[in-house]
Amino acid sequence: MLLREVSYARPATVDEAVSLLSEHDGARALAGGQTLLNVMKQRAASPDVLVDLGGLEELRAIAVSGSTLEIGAMATLSSIIRSSEVEVTRPILAEVAATVADVQVRNRGTLGGNICVNDPTNHFPPLLVALGATMTVRGSGGERTIPAEEFFVGVFETAVREGDLLTRIDVPAGGKGTGDGMAGVTLGAHGTYIASAAASVSDGAWRVVLGCVAAVPVRATGVEERLAGDVDEQSVRAAVEGLGATLDPPSDVHASADYRRSLAETAAVRAVLQASERAKG
Amino acid sequence: MSVPTPTMSQTVTVTVNGVTFERDVPARRLLVHLLRDDLDLTGTHIGCDTGSCGACTVHLDGVPVKSCAVLAVQADGASVTTVEGLAGDEQTPLQRSFAEHHALQCGYCTPGMLMSATALLAENPSPTEDDVKVALQGNICRCTGYWNIVEAVVAAGRGAA
Repeated sequence: MLLREVSYARPATVDEAVSLLSEHDGARALAGGQTLLNVMKQRAASPDVLVDLGGLEELRAIAVSGSTLEIGAMATLSSIIRSSEVEVTRPILAEVAATVADVQVRNRGTLGGNICVNDPTNHFPPLLVALGATMTVRGSGGERTIPAEEFFVGVFETAVREGDLLTRIDVPAGGKGTGDGMAGVTLGAHGTYIASAAASVSDGAWRVVLGCVAAVPVRATGVEERLAGDVDEQSVRAAVEGLGATLDPPSDVHASADYRRSLAETAAVRAVLQASERAKG
Repeated sequence: MSVPTPTMSQTVTVTVNGVTFERDVPARRLLVHLLRDDLDLTGTHIGCDTGSCGACTVHLDGVPVKSCAVLAVQADGASVTTVEGLAGDEQTPLQRSFAEHHALQCGYCTPGMLMSATALLAENPSPTEDDVKVALQGNICRCTGYWNIVEAVVAAGRGAA
C-alpha cells in the first residue's frame, strides 16, 4: 500500500533526534514501526516528517545499574526476551514480551514504541505501572523522569509531548520477596488483550493494575489494601470481590462492559496468585 | 553536530542475497516494494499489507521481519535475504522437505513460511512441533491447515541435526 508522502531523517545521536522532533512541525519518532507504519497505511496517522531512531544504538541498551533495570526505549521485544539482565532482575518483562504478536513483529517492535502508542489493549502499560517503572523523556527543555502512573495520559496519548523523545524505561530490580504476574484474555493466543491484570508484590506490598477497562491502566487500590500477609486463593478471591463494580469499562465487539468487569476480576485473581507464588521463590 | 535535514527521498544502499544495490527511493516506499518493484525480486509476496500475514517475510540483517512494515530507507546499509537467496545450486533441505510433505497448496504464503522456518532452524536445528508453531505464528496459510507445514519443518530439522 502506498503511504502518503513523507520526509525522513535518520539522526545519529539523541540530541539530533530531539532537535529534529522539536524543529519540524508534524514530526514523529519512528521506532520499530510495527504500529506506526501500519496506521500510516490506514491514514490514521499522517506525520509529515519521520525521525528514524534506528541509528541510535545508545537507546538499545539493556543494563542493570545498582538496583535498577534500565531498558533503552529502542530495545526490541526480542532483545528483552534474550536479555540475561532481564532474566535475572525482572523476568516477567521477557515472559510478557514473548506473548506479543509474533517473531517478526518482536524482532522490530520496541518497548518504547509499545508504550508510546499506549493502545489500551497493549500488554506493557499495565505491567509497567504494576512494576513501578519510571520513564525518562528528553525534550528541547532538557530531561525529565515520569512515573509510569503519570506517563499514560489517554487512549494513544502519553506524557511524551510534541518535540519529546522517550529514551529509557527504568524498572526496579526484583529480588527475594518480589513476585510479578500478568493474566488476562487475549484475541487469539498472542493477540492484544480484551481484559488484563498485572500484579506485583514486594515484601508484602502489592500493586495490582488493570488493563483494557479505561483509557489508561487502572490501579486497583482497594484490592491492594485488602491483600495482606500470606495470600491464598480464597483470600485473593475475597480481596478482588466487588472490584468489577468499581470499574466503568467500555463495551465493544469483543466484550460488553459487564463481561469486562467479570474478566477484570478473574484476571486480577490469576495475576495476584501468580505473583504470590513467585514471591515465595 | 550537524542535524540531518529530512528529505522526501534518499539514496539507499542495500545488499540483497549477496548483491549490493544502490537506488534512489522515496521515503514512503516500503521495503517490500523496493524488493519487488525496483529490484524485480517478486518471490517476496504481499498478502495483507497490514503486517499480519507474514507473506512478505524476509531476513533483515539475519532476522525475520515483515517487509511491508519496514521502510526501504530503514534498510539503508543493511543486508537482506529473500526467498530467492535460500537455494544455491540446489534447494535447501527445508525446501525439499516442503515439497516432500506437501506443505503448500496455492503457494502464496510459502516464501514467508520458508523465511520464518529458515530463521528458526538456524537458531534451533531440531525444533519440536511446538517450537515450529511459535516460530510460524506470524505466517498465515489459508490452504493447508498448517499440519503439513509443521511436519515439513520438524522433518527438515531432524534431517539437519
